[in-house]
Amino acid sequence: MTRAIAPSVTAVLKIAREHVDAMIAHARDDHPDEACGVIVGPEGSDVPTRLVRMINAERSPTFFRFDPQEQFALYKEMSAAGEEIVVVYHSHTATEAYPSRTDISLASEPQAHYVIVSTAESGASQWVRSAYAPSASSMVRSRRKRSTSRNRPSEANRWQE
Amino acid sequence: MSVEVRIPTILRTFTGGEKAVHGDGATLQEVLDDIDTRNPGLKERIVESETLRRFVNVYVNDEDVRFSGGLKAPTADGDVVVVLPAVAGG
Repeated sequence: MTRAIAPSVTAVLKIAREHVDAMIAHARDDHPDEACGVIVGPEGSDVPTRLVRMINAERSPTFFRFDPQEQFALYKEMSAAGEEIVVVYHSHTATEAYPSRTDISLASEPQAHYVIVSTAESGASQWVRSAYAPSASSMVRSRRKRSTSRNRPSEANRWQE
Repeated sequence: MSVEVRIPTILRTFTGGEKAVHGDGATLQEVLDDIDTRNPGLKERIVESETLRRFVNVYVNDEDVRFSGGLKAPTADGDVVVVLPAVAGG
């Protein structure tokens, strides 16, 4: 049976090389604290066009949170320009690029793709597109829920920070 | 006139998909109580134990209410309340 979310399951997120490089550069700059930011794009397009580095208000190696005032400024910018968050990225500085339980439980942008950059291995940054998305149980069912990941589910219990 | 409350994507299941709803009240608390009567369950996603949830940001006319009284922040006709889920993780 064809499901309503099928079209987006087959869609492929494309992130420009310059944006990938910029995410990695940001992660390296902020190492050992976690870096975070977004790539926004036209509302409904699913195309990430503009990367914005955000301040990690926690300034922590194990946690990130957008600065609330900066996030509000971003919201106003996006509203005025007809944009939305297409990619949310952050770094893991001591572990693999795999979503932690905290990452999964706090993910709350159903239209966004979540990218994690790992700087755990010095000089060997890696990045993956991760599959975590806002929980369908409480609120909106994410059409990203079925995105693929190269990570193995059996590893999920290893990432707890 | 009333207070406009802008709803983030993830909470629009409580508003029938509407990006904004309107309510009346002299404080944020009263406005949330009012909109909850027409959008049941919405307030509970924003408030927990009579205080704002930790990972929800609420702004009244561009000001983070954590610095202006929290749920007691005053509101008036024509004000705009913006609710944004925190972007956070580990």
